[in-house]
Amino acid sequence: MRALAAALLVLLLGTSARAERLIVSVSNHRVTVTPNYSGEELVLFGSVEKDAATPADRTAYDLVVTVMGPRADMVTRRKERTFGIWINTDYRQFLQVPSYLALFANRPFDSITSPEIARRQQIGLNNVLLTQRVSGDYADVVPNDAFRSAFIRLRTQRGLYREDASAVTFLTPTLFRTGIPLPAEVPIGTYEVEIKLFANGAFVGKTETAFEIVKVGFEQFVANTARQNGLVYGLVTAAMALMTGWMASIVFRKD
Amino acid sequence: MQLYLPIADLPVNVFLVLAMGAAVGFVSGMFGIGGGFLMTPLLIFIGITPAVAVASVASHIAASSFSGALTYWRRRAIDPALASVLLCGGVTGTALGVWTFTQLRALGQLDLMIALSYVVLLGTVGSLMFSEGLRALMRTRRGAVPPRRTHNWIHGLPLKMRFKRSKIYLSVIPVVVIGIVIGFVGAIMGIGGGFILVPIMIYILRVPTSTVIGTSMVLTLVTMLFATMLHAATNHLVDAVLALILMVGGVTGAQFGARAGQKIRGEQLRLLLGLLILSVGVRFAVALVIRPEDLFTIRELGVGG
Repeated sequence: MRALAAALLVLLLGTSARAERLIVSVSNHRVTVTPNYSGEELVLFGSVEKDAATPADRTAYDLVVTVMGPRADMVTRRKERTFGIWINTDYRQFLQVPSYLALFANRPFDSITSPEIARRQQIGLNNVLLTQRVSGDYADVVPNDAFRSAFIRLRTQRGLYREDASAVTFLTPTLFRTGIPLPAEVPIGTYEVEIKLFANGAFVGKTETAFEIVKVGFEQFVANTARQNGLVYGLVTAAMALMTGWMASIVFRKD
Repeated sequence: MQLYLPIADLPVNVFLVLAMGAAVGFVSGMFGIGGGFLMTPLLIFIGITPAVAVASVASHIAASSFSGALTYWRRRAIDPALASVLLCGGVTGTALGVWTFTQLRALGQLDLMIALSYVVLLGTVGSLMFSEGLRALMRTRRGAVPPRRTHNWIHGLPLKMRFKRSKIYLSVIPVVVIGIVIGFVGAIMGIGGGFILVPIMIYILRVPTSTVIGTSMVLTLVTMLFATMLHAATNHLVDAVLALILMVGGVTGAQFGARAGQKIRGEQLRLLLGLLILSVGVRFAVALVIRPEDLFTIRELGVGG
């Protein structure tokens, strides 16, 4: 019993001593989307801090950065030819999936770690958990499922899902940086950033940070009012229409 | 200059939207119509979702029909009694239309229904107008007298009412029904319905040309204002920024269009309008029949949790 406890202690000490520390920071923790916002790129900086217990032979590290936007329910629909025209027929509902999802690494995912670890750590768009509701059941499906791949493809086309295995660059063997591109139609909310460290194919440790995207100015005020006070918003819009029409009839009056 | 549309959730070029508003305004001024059937498809074409396009165009049409209605009011070319009866139907139809719109959206069949309605309605109205314009043109070439209008079964219906300014004696039933239909299709398709209403009022109700456009504009104005409010309150889809740009472009373009319209003869004008309506209908039909570039679409159901 005592021997077992001692063995466990050694193991624990060993684990904690082996863990490199990751120190990261984002260039901007609060991104403001203004009416003329047309996309931006954040920069994530970080360094791998070794301590005395780090094995001397461990010099090369691999990093996978996952950026996840606010979660939302989404529906993917498929069109089929019915009576000669293309109609939405089948659909799948994706539950609480990230509205923005980016996976960055310093080299191809499959050369960083084994497929088994990649699946467990959700490395790569094929391995990220996207829960679907399939006839009452909640589950993710195989990566080559038609709805799942169409969902990822469409999000990728809009620049909202991305995967880049060369986005992380090591400035020195321990100092790294990566850009986080945010397209013009970026969803607002809190973004979680997860940085996972690998060495020789093994998962070594991870750290997390976050940033926030907020809309400011007139347009955000408009969007908020439209959602919260629909009736007032409708009345104001109607009044605006009447004003514009009335002004035009005054300005262009011929007699 | 790029501007971010808050509800449509996408950046657009202000000058492009302004130019589109002016172009549609020009056409609408030329033919004396609201122009919704052109504006909504154009917005869909630049990437705005059909739902937001339909809801936002409603307020744009309200603005242009208000400036038109004011002009006709000053010329005493509006029949208040006829307009009120039409409105009874129009308001009911709009409420039904917005309700149907919400249901279809939840089912994921809204875009299809919008496209189908465009094909059926514009196809029918466009071909009727085109063939009628063609016949009228041939008649004037031959110098023949247009056939005398006769009363039809509509004039045998009960609940008759006298509409003084239009100088007609007519049952209220067809008037209310027409109001309901126009309000309903208007709310679903994002059109004012002037291009259908005016021919119906002339050929079926026999409303004289002196009051027909002014009165139809009143119906368009009220149903579109009502549609704007309902779309805003229930579906939160009205983009006020988009609507404002369209309005400013639209009312300006309409003035120049009206001047251009006076230089063209009536039959030719109808022929042109018929052709225009028909081509928009055909454009939608083609889009339905050819295989879409992408069979899959995504709709976000709102950010949660």
